[in-house]
Amino acid sequence: MSKQRQAPVRQRGGFDLGRLLLEGRAFFALIAIIVIFSLLSPVYFTTNNFLTMSSHVAIFGLLSIGMLLVILTGGIDLSVGSTLGLAGVVAGFLMQGVTFDLFGVTLYPPVWVVVILTCGVGALIGAINGVLIAYFKVPAFVATLGLLYVARGVALLMTDGLTYNNLGGQPELGNTGFDWLGFNRLLGVPVGVWVLALVAIVTLLALARTPFGRWVYSTGGNARAAELSGVPVKRVQVSVYVLSGICAAIAGLVLSSQLTSAGPTAGTTYELTAIAGVVIGGAALTGGRGNVRGTLLGAFVIGFLSDGLVIIGVSSYWQTVFTGAVIVLAVLLNSIQYGGRRKRAAPASPSSPASAPPSTTDREPAAADGKSAGKPAVQH
Amino acid sequence: MASRSTPHARHAVVEPTAAGAHANGAGHHDEAIVLSARDVAKSFGSVQALKTVNFDVYRGQVTTLFGENGAGKSTLMKILSGVIQPTDGEILLEGEPVRFASTTDAQRLGISIIHQELSLAPNLSVRDNIFMGREIKGPTGIDYAEEARQTRALMEELDEPIDPLTPVEDLRLGQQQIVEIARALSVDSRILIMDEPTSALSASEVEVLFRVIRDLKSRGVSIVYISHHLEEALTITDHAVVLRDGVMTAYARRAEIDLEWIVRNMVGENFDLGSPPAGYALGEVALSIEDLSVADSSVSERSVVDHLSLEVRAGEIVCLYGLMGAGRTELLECVAGRVPSSGGQVRLEGEDVSHLSIAERIEKGLVLVPEDRQRDGLVQTMSVGENLSLASIKAFTKGLLTSGRRERGVVEESIANVHIKTDGPRAEIGSLSGGNQQKVVIGKMLATHPRVVLLDEPSRGIDIGAKAEVFKLLAEGAASQGLAVIFSTSEVGECLSIAHRIVVMSRGRIAAEFGADISKEQIMAASGEAVVA
Repeated sequence: MSKQRQAPVRQRGGFDLGRLLLEGRAFFALIAIIVIFSLLSPVYFTTNNFLTMSSHVAIFGLLSIGMLLVILTGGIDLSVGSTLGLAGVVAGFLMQGVTFDLFGVTLYPPVWVVVILTCGVGALIGAINGVLIAYFKVPAFVATLGLLYVARGVALLMTDGLTYNNLGGQPELGNTGFDWLGFNRLLGVPVGVWVLALVAIVTLLALARTPFGRWVYSTGGNARAAELSGVPVKRVQVSVYVLSGICAAIAGLVLSSQLTSAGPTAGTTYELTAIAGVVIGGAALTGGRGNVRGTLLGAFVIGFLSDGLVIIGVSSYWQTVFTGAVIVLAVLLNSIQYGGRRKRAAPASPSSPASAPPSTTDREPAAADGKSAGKPAVQH
Repeated sequence: MASRSTPHARHAVVEPTAAGAHANGAGHHDEAIVLSARDVAKSFGSVQALKTVNFDVYRGQVTTLFGENGAGKSTLMKILSGVIQPTDGEILLEGEPVRFASTTDAQRLGISIIHQELSLAPNLSVRDNIFMGREIKGPTGIDYAEEARQTRALMEELDEPIDPLTPVEDLRLGQQQIVEIARALSVDSRILIMDEPTSALSASEVEVLFRVIRDLKSRGVSIVYISHHLEEALTITDHAVVLRDGVMTAYARRAEIDLEWIVRNMVGENFDLGSPPAGYALGEVALSIEDLSVADSSVSERSVVDHLSLEVRAGEIVCLYGLMGAGRTELLECVAGRVPSSGGQVRLEGEDVSHLSIAERIEKGLVLVPEDRQRDGLVQTMSVGENLSLASIKAFTKGLLTSGRRERGVVEESIANVHIKTDGPRAEIGSLSGGNQQKVVIGKMLATHPRVVLLDEPSRGIDIGAKAEVFKLLAEGAASQGLAVIFSTSEVGECLSIAHRIVVMSRGRIAAEFGADISKEQIMAASGEAVVA
């Protein structure tokens, strides 16, 4: 109680360090990570290392942005890691040329066709997820868990467990340029990072400035209310899974280009990293709260942290422990932030006690979870 | 703890001695004060929610807290039950000052609270709910037999012989409430705080509840009662405490007061819910419901709406009255496209809209303001402005992108049109009072410029001032824009306000239709409701 009463007083002072740290926690965490690892290792704070780390982040970032859309609607997509793997394998398969026995010809699709077809595979997996969840009412966790297995299995079947190493294409077949998707650099920056930036900007715009964005937030905030307001809730749900699948497919293309090989086990457990990025970025798993900026920061926190641990030579077992601890801490801070949400509403309006007395008791401390934050305002 | 407060023990101690004593010396014992509030005040930061409240709760009597939304009833209730602590003043329990650190603290001293939203675990049985958290332990774990025995005894005392092993989710809401009461009794509660206990009950369930309350009174349990149903509360209460803007405006015995006195003290003036707008001719038929049926979601051969036909003209206001389960909500949700029909048609200005989606019907001008604004009306994670503009995004979208400037226009117009008291469009939806939240839901749908507005219980859980404002808004819309309005209500007093026509629904059919000059008794009789004096 005493803490809640003090909060407004402190804020009236104009500066609230605790709140600032809480709201910008992902940013400050990133700064802290960079500072700490730079002190621990001389190679950490170098342009080259940042570029390498950024290209790792590009993969997590792409997955996290797709995941963000899903989580904003109150869902979850566990299939993105497998989709990434399958996308890489499909791209590798297409780069080897497709033989049609019936006609006795082998087609070598150019890279842009490979990209489109691969994204199509991601979209298809997302569409299956979305239809199962929106129309057949399969819980998102279960539907996407199923697709996690199916997609991985298909990838293994397609390759017999082997890896495609020859992705370069041949000039005479007109299918060169696959390196360009992630391996190459543009203006000194890995192409993967540019791809991430582009996807991030488009998503940012879509969420903030289009009806679709508003639909996504309202579906996650309260699907029933959204539906009654004319939001095509089911179509929105299908769309976010499709977009998440496409993001995973793009990540798969970038990753296999970076590695210049496409293996069927690529991206295993990446779905969890993607969820972690979204959560560290401040999104609520219950839906309706979160944004692209936070999610990007989350992806950078995870990427820079794990690469830093590698650079200073911490064992991979400890890396797992650290990553887990960061995720739990992030969720903990999220619940503190959303729990405190209603209390902040009060001092935001110094003039309001006089102008709106009926709402005074609504400003009582609410239950500490974000979901019920709106509820206690029902007055009796 | 468990052994001391078992109903068995209470039974043994209280019944033989106290039952006789209470019956004999009723007059004497009635005057015993069990709980008093002395200059109780509460502030949150700089906001004073409650100022100098003084009243007494007598043994075996009902004390009702009256007040509009935001008057401080909930705050007071939370103080009495130990959820929050007063910033000033004190609570006396049997003359001794007490300070509850928590609800468990209050419960230990015999004060229990039954919240509007019941706190039972629906998947567990009645027995397990009653003994949740204080299971009776035997030599081999939980002594289920003893728990069941005590549960049975409790339920019998309350005249509701439910089998202790019935899952709570299989019980009707009224029965669930009685399970909550049984739980409170099983911890030896002397004071029971009931927050809006009748808000979701049917008339017959209310009767059962009131019988239980009378029974509790006769056993010396004191009740602190909170309700929006003024008339109903008056039939059960012995004392009335009226709050307005955090100040106690009146405190009196039942014998000295009437409904008008309460309303006057609650709102500070005489209140009237308006009259049907007049002075214009009704337009063409705007909404025509033809032979509409809706199948029961659980028993498909039964219909919750049964071959119902109804026409509403432009500018006309129709009140849909009926008991709970009469099919009002299903009818309105079906017309709005939320629930599929099993037969019949819905025509909007002559055009068949039966096969359109909710979004398409909104576009054509047919909108629904749902009954439960928390569950179906508001997106709690969005601001006031985003909620208001949610149904009319198209109005401020140009090409692919939305225009912030034009959205602000839509939102500000809505805030002004429906008179929402808010700090601005960016305020959190949770910062508004119930009445203002309801206005946001209504404003959101009106912003789509509809031709027909359906409102399911628009006055539910909002105070009388906001109620009057909502009705005024609808009357203005009908008179000036030719809106066709259907609103449903379960408070007969509201039928006789702005409606041109009153349609009484019962078991999925129209039982009767009246003009505005009908009496309350006739409406209630047509709905199949017993006329309570």
